[in-house]
Amino acid sequence: MFETTALNTRSRRIEGLVRILFLMMAVMLILPVLIILGMLIARGGPVLSWAFLTTPPTNGMTAGGILFPLVGTVWLVTVALIASVPVGVAAAIYLSEYAPDNWLTRVINLAIINLAGVPSIVHALFGVGAFVLFFRFGTSILAASLTLAVMTLPVVIVATRESLRSVPRAFREACWNMGATRWQTIRKVVLPNAISGILTGVILEVSRTAGETAPIMFTGAAFFLPFLPQGVLDQTMAMSMHLFVISTAVPGVPEELPYGVALVLISMVLVMNALSVGFRMYLRGKKKW
Amino acid sequence: MVADAKVKVAVRDLTIRYGEDVALSDVSFDIHEHEIFGIIGPAGSGKTSFLRALNRMDEFTTGMAVDGRIVLDGHDVSEWRNLYSLRRRIGVVFPLPVGLPLSVYENVALAPRLAGVRKKSELDEVVERCLRRAALWDEVKDRLDSLGSLLSGGQQQRLTIARALSQDPDLLLLDEFSIAVDPVTTMRIEDVLKELREEVTIVLVTNLVQQARRLADRTAFFLTGELVEVAETEELFTGTVRDQRTRDYVEGRFG
Repeated sequence: MFETTALNTRSRRIEGLVRILFLMMAVMLILPVLIILGMLIARGGPVLSWAFLTTPPTNGMTAGGILFPLVGTVWLVTVALIASVPVGVAAAIYLSEYAPDNWLTRVINLAIINLAGVPSIVHALFGVGAFVLFFRFGTSILAASLTLAVMTLPVVIVATRESLRSVPRAFREACWNMGATRWQTIRKVVLPNAISGILTGVILEVSRTAGETAPIMFTGAAFFLPFLPQGVLDQTMAMSMHLFVISTAVPGVPEELPYGVALVLISMVLVMNALSVGFRMYLRGKKKW
Repeated sequence: MVADAKVKVAVRDLTIRYGEDVALSDVSFDIHEHEIFGIIGPAGSGKTSFLRALNRMDEFTTGMAVDGRIVLDGHDVSEWRNLYSLRRRIGVVFPLPVGLPLSVYENVALAPRLAGVRKKSELDEVVERCLRRAALWDEVKDRLDSLGSLLSGGQQQRLTIARALSQDPDLLLLDEFSIAVDPVTTMRIEDVLKELREEVTIVLVTNLVQQARRLADRTAFFLTGELVEVAETEELFTGTVRDQRTRDYVEGRFG
């Protein structure tokens, strides 16, 4: 009964092969990351300096630093967050804590899924129609940020909803039993314990927003500007747009320059993601139940 | 028990359904003021459903339908305008302890705060009184700031009881409170309940027949959604005139 049969050996050999195959696929995942980062650091690293970060582009963007696009991206991300976080968190609280299971809730959930699936260039055109033309914001930080906000809303909503749902229902029932209203329960017990997940979602949204190009191309990001934006109705340069422009549209750009810009951009995103991971680990360390 | 005891809760023709399933069918009985009213019966007999209906928790349970009347202090709970004030009058302790992820102090101060108490001295007083009552004060008085959800199971259950008392309820519902508590602590809580009888009416749902016998003034026996019998507790355990099923259950022949 316990003798090794031919069939037995064969299935064990297949098991070994399959395992190695899957392992190779998984390892291949880190290859693109290593190659991209390696190339960027090798070729863009020498460009980096404090001056690179703190001086504006000069000589028709073939020299100088990236101060204006860098500041512009900070503007875009900040305004986009101010617009999307309150809306997204409020919507998620409604969906998780109040919404009954009816057709309206199902339509809203469907809308969120679809919003997440809309290609960014379509968001860009929507932004032109809605914010630039209809609301007459013109091509401006406001229009670009609102477009980014609409695009990243699903990220905030889904992250918030999931972290609210991870708070055990027993806590809510205990509160309700004491005569607490839903809002009192949310404020005292649910939100304080979901805040880590919500912040993680917000940070992920930041990294996504910072890297997008298409949605801001027609709505507020400029090819080149010789000054910093003074307010939300000004146009601005942006990191992602700047990278696109100097790689494709400007003659005579030194070869390393785009690598330097890309390295700064990807560092911003990676730092944000690292923050989000670190934050989650910190909060998991002081788990409350 | 005196025959003319004031009725605290009157249950009339109560039927509770979850979709197609009937949890409690056409049940009527009275709960008197200042008594401990025991409800015994095997799992699935409708005991917990009754408590949920009494506290209007059906609002939070999809598919739970309540027919018939539960009258608290002369008012039908289904017509109660302000559900929050209804729930504030009813303290509930469920079988599994729920220490909220707040400090021990805040766990007990939450209900008074919700009711609008702001003064620190007043809150301190409520917290200490309720924790003493629940036989927990001595164990936590030096760490009121630690998380209530990280106490041991037995301590959390006493915390839950302290929290229920902090609502200053006039009706206290206990649903198998001793499941997660060691026998010594159970005895201490039972002593507390006997004292509390002077101030509040207590409904004690329990799987432990002997616990009902020790504590309850009157006891109801539920079986698969039906009220088999309700009587003075001693009568239920020793009397002669009663349903054979009750005798079998209290003597441990099934259940």
